[in-house]
Amino acid sequence: MRYQNMFTQVQLRGPLETGPRLPAGSFARGDLATYNYWAGKLGAAQIGPIYLGKLGIASLVCAFLAFEIIGLNMWASVNWDPIQFARQLPWLALEPPGPEWGFTLAVPLAEGGWWQMAGFFMSAALILWLVRTFRRAAALGLGNHVPWAFAAGISLILTLGFIRPMLMGSWAEAVPFGIFPHLDWTAAFSIRYGNLFYNPFHCLSIVFLYGSTMLFAMHGATVLATARYGSEREIEQITDRGTAFERGALFWRWTMGFNATAESIHRWAWWFAVLCPLTGAIGILLTGTVVDNWYLWAVQHGYAPDYPSTGVLDPATLSGAPR
Amino acid sequence: MSRRLTTIAGGAAAIAGLILLAGCEIGPKDSTQTGYRGAGLAQIVDRSSIAKAAAIPPEPYPLPPDGGPTAGQTYQNVRVLQNVSTERFNHLMAEMNQWVAPPEQGCNYCHNPENMASDEKYTKVVARRMLQMTRTINSRWASHVKDTGVTCYTCHRGKPVPDYKWALAAGTQNPRSIVGNKHGQNTPDANVGYSSLPSDPFAAYFAGNGEIRVASSQALPSSKHIVSIKDAEKSYGLMMHVSSALGVNCTYCHNTQSFRAWNLSRAQRGTAYYGIRMVRNVNEDYLESLRSVFPAIRKGPHGDVLKVNCMTCHQGLSKPLGGVSMIAQAPSLVGPADTVGTRAGEAIPPAFNQPAAMTGRNEPAPTATRQ
Repeated sequence: MRYQNMFTQVQLRGPLETGPRLPAGSFARGDLATYNYWAGKLGAAQIGPIYLGKLGIASLVCAFLAFEIIGLNMWASVNWDPIQFARQLPWLALEPPGPEWGFTLAVPLAEGGWWQMAGFFMSAALILWLVRTFRRAAALGLGNHVPWAFAAGISLILTLGFIRPMLMGSWAEAVPFGIFPHLDWTAAFSIRYGNLFYNPFHCLSIVFLYGSTMLFAMHGATVLATARYGSEREIEQITDRGTAFERGALFWRWTMGFNATAESIHRWAWWFAVLCPLTGAIGILLTGTVVDNWYLWAVQHGYAPDYPSTGVLDPATLSGAPR
Repeated sequence: MSRRLTTIAGGAAAIAGLILLAGCEIGPKDSTQTGYRGAGLAQIVDRSSIAKAAAIPPEPYPLPPDGGPTAGQTYQNVRVLQNVSTERFNHLMAEMNQWVAPPEQGCNYCHNPENMASDEKYTKVVARRMLQMTRTINSRWASHVKDTGVTCYTCHRGKPVPDYKWALAAGTQNPRSIVGNKHGQNTPDANVGYSSLPSDPFAAYFAGNGEIRVASSQALPSSKHIVSIKDAEKSYGLMMHVSSALGVNCTYCHNTQSFRAWNLSRAQRGTAYYGIRMVRNVNEDYLESLRSVFPAIRKGPHGDVLKVNCMTCHQGLSKPLGGVSMIAQAPSLVGPADTVGTRAGEAIPPAFNQPAAMTGRNEPAPTATRQ
């Protein structure tokens, strides 16, 4: 019974699947393929072969360069001490150029130039990989849903690290590379621009982020719960009674009066996921360029809650107080 | 087999969860609401990490009554406390002996026992300037020290050099190289609560008059308010210092709805405002003025004198020494009244004084229904 369901944990062993023949002029996929028992616990037991191609190789080279520039800068900042590198790693960073450099395209390496280079190679790696996903999708005759979703994520990265700094005329607005440093940057960004929680696009981004996890949980749970009735054949079951699909649909209609269809749930999920970075990017783009203090902006537009004044006055406005 | 695997996986997940929890502080907490409900205005204190207030030393002997000849009449070369009665002057000297001087040296730490009036020891010149400083703090900076006041003991705690002080940091050897260069941040540093924020906020804000306010006073961008996120990080680093030095969190002063808005802040923020100005005054006018007096061992790597920050007095407590006032046993440490910053005034930016006014609707502020 477990074997007859497509959602099975039974692992098959046989000749490795190599995929269709590649068109002439392509790189070879290679024959690096194997079965792995533990990979089978998470997904397919077969690992490889992978098609790397020119774009894939170029992307990996760029990613490696970015990774090395960041890592070696961090290591240099602790005087090449391997123990301190490991101990302080969460604190270490590669910082963008300071505000004195404005949006200068080639800043001296030690004063932000390495950051620019790492950012360039990281962006190049992401964009090359994006083009690669377009190519691989086309090669398999797929739609471009995966590449566009990936592009949505890249748009947020580019907005944070390039487009917004360009509009603000300062590299210093960009995010440092580093574990704690990028988190502290996030908090400082919100404090500088008067509380990002009052940025409506930040609100939307959070809605889509949490919404994505909720839709993911609802959809995953529904499919798993109806697997025993053959939910992997959902499309064939749409018109029949008592099928896995109908039971899943009924569950949600009885629970909340409405159910997504086998097709629309995936559009819901795709749009929620894609809109999370897109609305986030819009919110970032508007910060500092169009709005300087989101709290005051929200007060002006009547949507910041108005708490009773504590009656505390700004001492800088009192005559006779030190500045 | 699969049950064993589940057990192993469950165990691994539990251990991973415990490791994640290692970042938490375990133990009973005290939570106090400090502002309007629903705005997260609370102080949460981990009882085990409250800094212990230092013991208050007993008075050397009871404060003698005022009157009789003044110190200026009795002794030579008394320049600050010449109008204090001799009896009280002697009492203060005994206290300074106990509060500041190393016990093995006593009076001789500052004085030449052969000629008590002589200024030959640098420590005596420093002590005189510190008396002037203390009198200024207790009078001019009553906006910060209130009626509690400060004495030598608030900072010194029985030691000739207070435990917590700072000097201009040595800095990186070659700022044009990446080797050993952290750009003044990204180091686990107690000064900024072990965050990765710029860890030496003192030179900019406590030796200079760096602008601490980073959020704009207007909703829309303006060419008059160009402040980089890097400046915000520096200011944030300073706030982490204040927070750690006082053993409080952000909402002790601020409402995080708007860190900038004064009408949402607690009165403590005003006290801190004067405290920051007081520290600048102490560093610039009193400590730096002793640059030629201090020997090299009492100076930082750049040859500047050791200076004060919030930690020098507060030492982890929102009120130094747990709020115990010692000023009654040293009344001559209060200078003539010249308080700054207590006079009321106008010209509050309307946006922050009355946010509702900006909407033109002037809704009455909601009233607190529960305490």
